[in-house]
Amino acid sequence: MSRIKGCFAQLKKENKKALIPYVAAGDPNPEITLDLMHSMVESGADIIELGVPFSDPMADGPVIQKASERALIYGTSLTDVLGIIKSFRETNNDTPVVLMGYLNPIEVMGYETFAQAANEAGVDGVLTVDIPPEEAADYIPVLKAAELDPIFLLSPTTTKERMALICKYASGFIYYVAVKGVTGTSALDTTEVANRLDIIKQVTDLPVGVGFGIKNAETAAAIGAVAEAVVVGSALVNLVEQNAHALSNAEGNKKIITEISKVLLSMRTALDA
Amino acid sequence: MTTQTQSQPEKRLSDMPDEHGHFGQYGGIFVPETLMEPLNELKQAYIHYLQDPEFIAELDNDLSNYVGRPSPLYFAERWSRELGGAKIYLKREDLNHTGAHKVNNTVGQMLLAKRMGKTRIIAETGAGQHGVATATVAARLGLECVVYMGAEDIQRQALNVYRMKLLGAHVISVESGSRTLKDALNEAMRDWVTNIDNTFYIIGTAAGPHPYPAMVRDFQAIIGREAKEQIMTHEGRLPDALVACIGGGSNAIGLFYPFVDDMEVSIYGVEAAGHGLETGEHAAPLCAGKPGVLHGNRTYLMEDRHGQIIPTHSVSAGLDYPGVGPEHSWLKDIGRANYVAVTDEEALKGFHDLTLTEGIMPALESSHAIAYVTKLAPTMDKDQIIIMNLSGRGDKDIHTVATIAGIEF
Repeated sequence: MSRIKGCFAQLKKENKKALIPYVAAGDPNPEITLDLMHSMVESGADIIELGVPFSDPMADGPVIQKASERALIYGTSLTDVLGIIKSFRETNNDTPVVLMGYLNPIEVMGYETFAQAANEAGVDGVLTVDIPPEEAADYIPVLKAAELDPIFLLSPTTTKERMALICKYASGFIYYVAVKGVTGTSALDTTEVANRLDIIKQVTDLPVGVGFGIKNAETAAAIGAVAEAVVVGSALVNLVEQNAHALSNAEGNKKIITEISKVLLSMRTALDA
Repeated sequence: MTTQTQSQPEKRLSDMPDEHGHFGQYGGIFVPETLMEPLNELKQAYIHYLQDPEFIAELDNDLSNYVGRPSPLYFAERWSRELGGAKIYLKREDLNHTGAHKVNNTVGQMLLAKRMGKTRIIAETGAGQHGVATATVAARLGLECVVYMGAEDIQRQALNVYRMKLLGAHVISVESGSRTLKDALNEAMRDWVTNIDNTFYIIGTAAGPHPYPAMVRDFQAIIGREAKEQIMTHEGRLPDALVACIGGGSNAIGLFYPFVDDMEVSIYGVEAAGHGLETGEHAAPLCAGKPGVLHGNRTYLMEDRHGQIIPTHSVSAGLDYPGVGPEHSWLKDIGRANYVAVTDEEALKGFHDLTLTEGIMPALESSHAIAYVTKLAPTMDKDQIIIMNLSGRGDKDIHTVATIAGIEF
């Protein structure tokens, strides 16, 4: 059983919801990421979503764009990100890790090479923001052959027919984008989300995670009441930005890790209440 | 788009793209999920209205009476004589309303927006020509217009920024990434994702996700259709060569497309070699890049070995783009078109050459095509014919040209 599938099965048994934090790898410097991943697990993360920095993050709002830019100052590449995950796996063999990023760095590496390397590094799922299933006939089988779950987005504009098509290719979980907009957008309508989740549930048995617009423990709890997983990104990356220019990297990193832990703990508590 | 008749079983080059927007391995739709349905709606509208006689009549009327088409095909007699080779004809897109070919496309897309009931128009712009052309047609229909422009380009093209503002557009300075055209496109996409209910995104070049590359081409193909008719009137035969500059490639594909099945016509697209291809400081993905995925389509890109898009350079803001329309990538790979590059220096010389010999001041973008014609024409016979697309006029670039010459106003 894949780590992601196992994770959701276990949570279901415990009647709990998954907390999925997103951070960009290498933000604000490459040193932080490994420690941050371990600390997020200790603070209640069930799955970690790790952003692969890209120069042109079309689907991301200003907060995650800047995270990409900060990571790229150090030249954090897809290869570097896989290296970080490999190190993470030395002491953590349980927490699923999902890569989230754009297609071009993967194209340049080559689908086969990437899938092989990701599998060896201990990656569990891959969410490629800008490749819909229609363009992924060569891509999805390569991921699946390397035991990587292809994670796909559904959005408020996705028709029921497309939902069925996408869910046919997806495994692991489905990521529902709660708002029309880029990452970090505000104004999340939980009633509307619940309605959409009802429709999604008609076409798939996969667990559904909801993201884009989850800011704090309250929204996390509200979403957790209707979905199997809550994805929180910009709210955490904001904390990176606020502390990225501390006196030294070492001090800044410590502060960032503490602040992110606090938010995750509060979300964990709210989700489990 | 058109249904194949049974008498025409052979596939022509002009039948591309396929229904999913693929030109061979290029093109396609590589966007976040939120945009899939809006793109599908746009595709349906585009397919429907391009076969709707009422829509076509309205478009033709606007092109004649608002844009000022047909644009002349002018025989540059003195310049041809000086170069001592082929006869050079200039397709005078610089004489269109707003001074460039861009308006052909914005008029068309604006009519689509109106038919689709959209009330808010957004656009990206590099040199500002597409922004001006969009602001122009938005003003005419009284629609809200937001133009995204890289902070870097806003400095280089202050005149066009002011023109857009005079036309009532809201110009938003894009501070992310390299602060140029590619980042403006990212930002416009983000706006579209957020405001899809009421917003129509007018992409200015023949790139982006399907149906944009095909749709922009179809609106720009009026250039080549007219040129074909005009050269038959002037010379009674097809030209031997076509030359056009390429940033994203909309003026070029507009000229080339109606000729792609005429295999006796050679096609040359001219990219910006900037400081020289060997310096890495250029904007020539077809000549020096590799295939990849950016801005919704697979095409040749300028990227590093990790797949990050790298900064481009050209003296001409309109060519300063790391990608190119997917149809050009395909025409390159199948060998139907030749892609070459000329440097900033060569383009500037072309600007002065045409200004002095013909009394026509070209845009710096078009000056790249001019520079290549000065190399190509002398290698051809005197009875051979070149059609070059003079895609825009140079007024907007006078400041840049003067600054390079060390002149301050």
